[in-house]
Order: sequence, then structure tokens, then C-alpha cells
Amino acid sequence: MSRRPEMNHRTHFDKVWEDHVVFQEPDYPAILYIDLHLIHEVTSPQAFDGLRPKGLRVRRPDKSLATMDHSTPTLPLNQVVMDPQAEFQLKQLELNCQEFGIPLFQLGSENRGIVHVISPELGMTQPGMTIVCGDSHTSTHGAFGALAFGIGTSEVEHVLATQCLLQHKPQSMEIRIEGKLDPGVTAKDIILALIARIGINGGVGYAVEYTGEAIRSLDMEGRMTVCNMSIEAGARAGMIAPDDTTFEYLADREYTPKGEDWERALSRWRQLGSEECATYDRSITMDVSNLEPMITFGTNPGMGIMISEAIPNPDHVKDPERKAALIKALRYMDLKPGKPLLGHKVDVVFLGSCTNSRITDLRMATSLLDGRKVSEKVRVLVVPGSEEIKKMAEAEGLHQRFIQAGAEWREPGCSMCIGMNGDQLEPGQYAVSTSNRNFEGRQGKGGRTFLASPLTAIASAITGQIMDPRTLM
Amino acid sequence: MAQFSRITSQAVPLPINDIDTDQIIPARFMKGTNKEGLGENLFNDWRFLKDGSPNPEFILNRKEVQGGQILIAGDNFGCGSSREHAPWALMGWGFRAVISTSFADIFHNNALKNGLLPVVVDEEILVDLFDMVEEVPLVNFTIDLAQQSLLLPDGRAVEFPIDTFSKNSLLGGVDQLQYLLSMEDRIVSYEVEHDPS
Repeated sequence: MSRRPEMNHRTHFDKVWEDHVVFQEPDYPAILYIDLHLIHEVTSPQAFDGLRPKGLRVRRPDKSLATMDHSTPTLPLNQVVMDPQAEFQLKQLELNCQEFGIPLFQLGSENRGIVHVISPELGMTQPGMTIVCGDSHTSTHGAFGALAFGIGTSEVEHVLATQCLLQHKPQSMEIRIEGKLDPGVTAKDIILALIARIGINGGVGYAVEYTGEAIRSLDMEGRMTVCNMSIEAGARAGMIAPDDTTFEYLADREYTPKGEDWERALSRWRQLGSEECATYDRSITMDVSNLEPMITFGTNPGMGIMISEAIPNPDHVKDPERKAALIKALRYMDLKPGKPLLGHKVDVVFLGSCTNSRITDLRMATSLLDGRKVSEKVRVLVVPGSEEIKKMAEAEGLHQRFIQAGAEWREPGCSMCIGMNGDQLEPGQYAVSTSNRNFEGRQGKGGRTFLASPLTAIASAITGQIMDPRTLM
Repeated sequence: MAQFSRITSQAVPLPINDIDTDQIIPARFMKGTNKEGLGENLFNDWRFLKDGSPNPEFILNRKEVQGGQILIAGDNFGCGSSREHAPWALMGWGFRAVISTSFADIFHNNALKNGLLPVVVDEEILVDLFDMVEEVPLVNFTIDLAQQSLLLPDGRAVEFPIDTFSKNSLLGGVDQLQYLLSMEDRIVSYEVEHDPS
């Protein structure tokens, strides 16, 4: 059972949690109030269908926002024949939102994009909020000091009907990231290194708070990348207490408070953050001073190495289960242990997803392009996270630099991260992907994924093989 | 929600750790808008070979395990995506319980809301279970939710944890939403206090 801390020992997570508990009976889960419910086409239709026979309405459509992202095409609509099933699913979301009065950014809307990209960029994601979505990468919003986590479709129905969820309070874990990143090493490398260290179940049952100098130095996009992949360590949520970086990002966004309301919000947000003598159920520290770019070699996000390191040898693994998992992964990936991945052939490079599709990611990638072309042997897909990012990138001319280099410049969406919209790997292909999951078949049946940063991805695109981006800098 | 009190069934062993929900039900089968038919695609990419024929080595393709309602799996079952399609697919196939040493949080929540019982046992017991099924593939296990007890063929009864609220919901087959709906007055008070607009 989780403890109830003294007022002056509270963590940031404790504060947000306690502020949202509507009621809790002994031995029962807490009734947790939800400030923002994000909705997309894939995990919501069954929830709306659940409301109708019970005669229920959506309790707070004003605290809900829907978008289309998972099964949307990334080619312009006039160049694409829609998958009839996907088309039906998208239509269903449109009808559901109409019927229940939920604002929807549908295909064609200038605010549309990946759900975890648009909510922050519109300023809907704010410090101290509770935010949920039928999508595990909802942890992204924790970068703003929100308590944000993924839920299933039954829970989507709960929130639609009552604006509340039944939740047991997770334990708290501080993950302190110390040190200063070397050039060419990014937020993505921090989170891949962390998951490689604590494992894909290292965070199960915990709400994580990231602290430390290396986290404070990240911009909001980098913080979102870190929090986004908290779920890949199994964590219930990942949070970063808000600071001036957070407030500067949020100022003057479409949905952030203005004028006196902004001042009031700021003074409220400044009360957040963990108290100096706050205690966590578990604390770990990782120093990133000597971190290299990270890359995964296996079939879960915890199977990662620094780019100059060798793929681990199953013969050297004592634990029989870990050994079996490693053998299984290397067989699927068709990789030999004992050597680095550097120089391994690459068929596809995917630059996108709710992890790494923001404007800073695109700028980072083009900085490395610097007039170079991508290898003729590699298909390079660049998928901005939202219409807004696409517009910004095009205004800066980034799209031309990608296109001139031989990459495909696509329409916003989840695309090849989840491979639901036709953007898929062929069986056996190798991809360097800036997304978040390298599970078997995640990017297409039989496809093989190496997770890495936008810099590593573009360096590999240029050279046609897995490449340390620092050699091109 | 499906009611759960007591089942007796043979068990299907899947001794793999970290089975993610992308394996349980690949994303390309999530383009539907209802919960039906997902059992057909359960573990699709493990069940079928590249040419579309059934993989004879995969456990779910073996005749003797058909009809088994209990899945025994390795640590951290159901990690990854939040898709509730995973428990829908498991139940669509006919499973009513999954036994493991641990479950990913979101999968665990989703399973309980559908009447699929996650049974947590310690490492030693899990190893024993895999051994028992290997020795006698058709051997029966009983899961008694009221007693929170897993009855092994050797006569041992292993206690497993479950939170009181989920247990009562499962035993009664009661949708957890009913409880939230009954709290309307408290939710209104909360809103008045926190968000007077």
C-alpha cells in the first residue's frame, strides 16, 4: 500500500495525485479526476459503443479532445486509396464526436497530428493536470509536470461517462540523471540508456519523476522524448516538475491562460515540484557524462547498447531466462553477438512518431544532412508529428532539404511506428527508427527495428549502414 | 463484464518473458470498431509462418491444448501498448485466466475489466507449473477466485493476490463503471470546489 506523506515531504507526484482524488473508500481504488481526456480512432469506438446501451452521455466534452493519427495515410489524400477498414474507423470517430459533442481535429484540420504532439503544442497539456488517453505513450505529457498515463478502452469509457478513473496509487521513483551530454548525444539516448539499465519492467508499479542536471538542461521536446518512453520501462507515468523552460514553452500557446489568468496559473504551477526533503519509494541515479549515442539490437526497448559497444553474447549471460530471451531476439534480428552494430546494412530509416517527430528533431536531422544525400539503398521516411510542425518545417525550408537529399516528406501521423496505415517494413528489412518500440513485427510483419535518435537515424540514412552520427559532425 | 468464480481447466504453457501486446494481437488487426473476432488473430505472427500456414511448433496450434482456459506465461506479461484488444483477443480465443510472475500495469487493469483473471504467483511456483504441464500436458488446474486459490494437480493450494474491489467486481460480474456512476454527487462536489467555471 502506498504511503500518505507529510505535507512538507511530498513529491511532485504526491501533490498532483492528492489534488485529483475525488474520494477513496478503504480497500477500494481512488476515484481520480481527469482534467484532459485525449481520444483517437483506434481505442475509442468500443468505448462510445459502451455508452449508448446504458443511455450515458459524455460528461465533460469540454475536457476531451479527439484527433486522427494512428490509421491515417501519410500521403496527400488525393494520392491515396484509403483502406476501407481504416476509413470506416475514422468515420466512426467523426460520428461519435458529433453525437457526443467532442472537439475533433480530423483529416484536413490544421491542428491535426499525433495526439501526444498536438496537445502540448496547443498548450492544452499543462503542469499539475491529470491527462489520460487510450494510448500507452500518454506518459509524454509528464514532461510538463502533468500526471499522464495510458489507459485501456474500458477506462476510456469510464472517463467519457464520469470524467474519473479508478486507480490504485502507484509507488514513486526518482530517476536522477546527472552529467552533461556530449555533442551528438540526445534525450533519446538518455532514455534508451536508462531502459537498457533498469529493464523493460524496471518501472512497473511506479510513477517516475526525472530529476537532475541533465534533465533540467533539456528543452521541452527533449523532455517529452524522455517521458514518452517511460512506459517502455513499464512505468505507470514519467514526470518532470515544471520550471522556467516549461513556462516559456507554454506562454502564448493557443489554449494556455492569458493575462491575469496566466499569472495566476504561473503562481499555482510554481507550487508544484517535490519538496526538498521529499522521499521516494525508490531512487536511482544515472550519469550521462560519457554516454554515447544508443541503439537497440534486440526485440524490446531494453535491449540497447552504446553505438561502439558489441552486441552481447548469450554465452556470457548467466540468468537462463535472460539468456533465452537474448537468443530468441538475435535469431529474430538475424544478428551475431560479439560485434558492434556499426556498419550493419539498413533498408529503411523512419524519422517520426510521438517520440521524435517534433520540430527540434527535424532540425537536428537536417543539420547533419548539410547538403549530403541519403544512400540510394535506403528508403527514408520523414513524418512530422503534426500539421503545425509540418507547416513550421516547410516555412524553414527543412522539407526541401529532406526532399533534395532523397528522403520522402510525408503527411503527419503515427505512420511506421505502429504500421497501421500501410507505412510498413517488408519481412526481413532492417530499419533505423526514431520511434519507441522494436518488438517483433511492430513496424510490419517480419520487419526488424533498431531504435535510435534522429541524429543516428539520419547518419545511417546518409551512409546506408548503422553509423555513429558524431563521425559526420 | 464476464463473471468469474471458479474454473477448472488444462493450462497452455508459454514460457517466454516480456510477451508484449503487439505479439498478443498485432496492430494491423485493430482496424475494427468492435471487440468481436479478435481471438482468430491471437498471437497471429507466432501462430502462422511467412507463407500463412500454421506454425507447427507454436503451442496454440497443437491439438491437445485446444479448449484450455488457462495460459501460463513468463514474467512481465502484456507489456507495451495499452490496447485492450489484447485481453479481448485472449478471451476471444477462450482464455479466462493468465498465470505469470508479473503483469504490465495497463494490461493488468484491462484484463480485470473484462473478466480475464491475472493470477500472480512467485517464480518457484511458475517453474513448477511449467514442469507439471510438460510432464502431463492435459493435467487440470483449478482457480478459485473467492478463495484466491490456485489448486495444483499435486494437491497444493497456492494463494494469489487480488485487490478487494476487482475481486468483488469479478465475482459479481459487475461492470466497474457502475461504481463510478454511483459517485456522481461526489464528482459534482469535486468539480464545484476545483473548477467552479
